Amino acid sequence: MSIVEILFWFLTALALFGALMVVFSKNPVHSVLWLISVFFSISGHYILLNAQFLAIVNMIVYAGAIMVLFLFVIMLMNMNTESEPQKSKWLRIAASLSGGSLMLVLVAALKDTSGRVTGVFKLDGNIGLIKNLGQVLFTDYVLPFEISSVLFLSAMVGAVLLGKKETNSIIS
Amino acid sequence: MPINYYILLSVALFSIGIVGVLTRRNAIIIFMCIEIMLNAVNVLLVAFSKMHHLRAFVADRATTVGTDAQLFVFFIMVVAAAEVTVGLAIIVMLYRNIHSVDINFLNRLKH
Repeated sequence: MSIVEILFWFLTALALFGALMVVFSKNPVHSVLWLISVFFSISGHYILLNAQFLAIVNMIVYAGAIMVLFLFVIMLMNMNTESEPQKSKWLRIAASLSGGSLMLVLVAALKDTSGRVTGVFKLDGNIGLIKNLGQVLFTDYVLPFEISSVLFLSAMVGAVLLGKKETNSIIS
Repeated sequence: MPINYYILLSVALFSIGIVGVLTRRNAIIIFMCIEIMLNAVNVLLVAFSKMHHLRAFVADRATTVGTDAQLFVFFIMVVAAAEVTVGLAIIVMLYRNIHSVDINFLNRLKH
């Protein structure tokens, strides 16, 4: 078993366990902390797949910015285990069964896929670096890049509009 | 490393996200489960990018096949960041109006 395979299984176990703990832990703050571990293990997977830029962006944007935002909102709302709403038992069993059967169907449909991710060439990893990605981003994908800036502007305006106190009752 | 392992990892993460959306009633936990599902798709895109790059790399050492998928993942992250800001603003507004983040209070759309 090579070092890449050991790392792969370790990161996979960490990601799946963290995702399960996000769903099943009672305290929302614990859910956020487990989700951060999921994002770090996914960043490790990106490094194993030679996508270094995406790994760093995943760490900074997801594990850094977005999770801090989640944690901030949760602490602002002062939620804890006692006030945590629960669904009924049968509804939870039905939801788990439907999710499990979706996984079963997808695994059964895709289990015979052929193709390899790592082969005999170990040092083939320079498409994930900033040089190559930036060249393609600013030549072929420059229009979607500019449109995404408009998307960010509209998201910012929308968040400010939703977040401010309504003095003249727009919403309610 | 066969591509199957990455497909299985991605399917498992996606299913855990779906189970979380269906079982929990806290709106913020549901939002986090949606983030897990987005990340499962991102892992799969990067794995397929690597697979195609490896196949093209055997023929040509200077190939850039597989860059598009990684940029697609980049754009998914951009859209997810915008989505999180608006979604959390909606949840905060919700909490201010009904003093709870329980989605069972939201099945009426107007009250």
